[in-house]
Amino acid sequence: MDFSLNEEQQLIVETTQRFVQSEILPLEDHLDPDAGSLDPTDQDRLVAMTKSMGFYGLDIPEEYGGPGLDTTTRALMAIEMSQHRAGLYNPCYGVFGGAGLAQLYEATDTQKERWLYPTLRGEKKGCFALTEPSGGSDPARAIQTRGIKDGGEWVLSGSKLYISGADKADYALIFARTSDDPGRNGVTAFIVDTDTPGFHVRRVVHTLRATHYATELQFDEMRVPEENILGEVNGGFAIANDRLSRQRIPYAAGCIGPAIKAQEMSIDWAKNRETFGSPLAEKQAIQWMIVDNEIDIRHSRYCVLEAAQKADSGERFRTEAAMAKLVATEASSRVIDRCIQIHGGVGVTKDLPLERWYRELRIRRVGEGPSEVQRLIMARDILGGSFK
Amino acid sequence: MGIRLEKAWTDLNAETIASLPAQLGVYQVADSQGTVLSVGFAGARHLFGMRSALQEELNLHGDQATKFRFEFTSNYRSRWDELLMLHLYDHGQLPSHQQAEERRIGRLSPN
Repeated sequence: MDFSLNEEQQLIVETTQRFVQSEILPLEDHLDPDAGSLDPTDQDRLVAMTKSMGFYGLDIPEEYGGPGLDTTTRALMAIEMSQHRAGLYNPCYGVFGGAGLAQLYEATDTQKERWLYPTLRGEKKGCFALTEPSGGSDPARAIQTRGIKDGGEWVLSGSKLYISGADKADYALIFARTSDDPGRNGVTAFIVDTDTPGFHVRRVVHTLRATHYATELQFDEMRVPEENILGEVNGGFAIANDRLSRQRIPYAAGCIGPAIKAQEMSIDWAKNRETFGSPLAEKQAIQWMIVDNEIDIRHSRYCVLEAAQKADSGERFRTEAAMAKLVATEASSRVIDRCIQIHGGVGVTKDLPLERWYRELRIRRVGEGPSEVQRLIMARDILGGSFK
Repeated sequence: MGIRLEKAWTDLNAETIASLPAQLGVYQVADSQGTVLSVGFAGARHLFGMRSALQEELNLHGDQATKFRFEFTSNYRSRWDELLMLHLYDHGQLPSHQQAEERRIGRLSPN
């Protein structure tokens, strides 16, 4: 495969690099090390800037007003946008805009008017409510939230766990079991306004990602109109699964940025920090860590770009996306761990971003399908004969 | 463990503040009636953690604020948001010194 960038990709990568260096890093110098947002004035100014650059709403399809980036270019941008302290989970503090819930592009026209377009205009926020206390890695079988039809409405009861943004959302995409089928053919997706009676955000769930929290939701006989069903009754799992597959490539790409930045910091530190009469860079132990970092970073980049190129060319990319997610999350975690070791004491302080990346990368090996599930996906494809 | 901050109040003055460890965490500051005036956090930008954060509160609101209570946690940002949401749920509005935070704070409905 050819991983060289074309002229347009090179320009976009350089523009993104300059944006991070000149606009994000100076602001971050003055923020709390665990900050998850900018001052509203800075946020508005930078959003205006990305809009004027034509880069706002990166993930919005072109027919809905997005910039129409292919997956490879989007992955290259993700690698650059994440090269700052908050960059792993909040690249450039969201000033490049979001795309809302991707599933809503498959909604009916009426549903789009009510939820998708207001989301794209920044007037509404949605959250994705799939995982339950009964399990997250096998959602099709773990879903116990029930939806029972009652006249022209459905009555939803149950709970969801580790849901991001539910406390601030105007609506939620909720997956509930609507038939006796215990697997993927018995799940329906409902779009539910969060002010619906019976919708409760019961608690905050604190995690290693100290700047952000997840939530636990409870639904008490929540009545939802039939027209709020997204897609087909009992066809909801395909909607959820589609998101899980598509998300893996940008999710993996975003892990590489902090690893690159940490490697740069470590090389600089190793050249300038002296111990026992010579710079760290002259010690073989340090040299090997720097080399191992480089191998991990390049391996991750190749896997991500291979998956992205296959997705762009219309080929099957499920195995490659799973491999990219597995390799990038695990390799970047190793890189940050080595970089902390190279830096010594200062590496574990909040003076540097390494400790935040170390904590947050640990979550990446679990989120969006843990490493074991990625291996399961690849094994099915390889052993099942569909891998080419 | 309850999710609300329900520890006993301590008098807010230079002496009690000086006795605190320089750790990260969250706190509430109240007036003499026990009305919470602000919910804050001691983050890594505070030179001496909780000590510096509460000294700032004393300097800014010492005319009204007479007591405080605190909790040490490295998850000070998410715990801070949680305490603000709980305050909003319990009182229908944020503490008087923090009305501006309402724009970014979510909604909880704990049992």
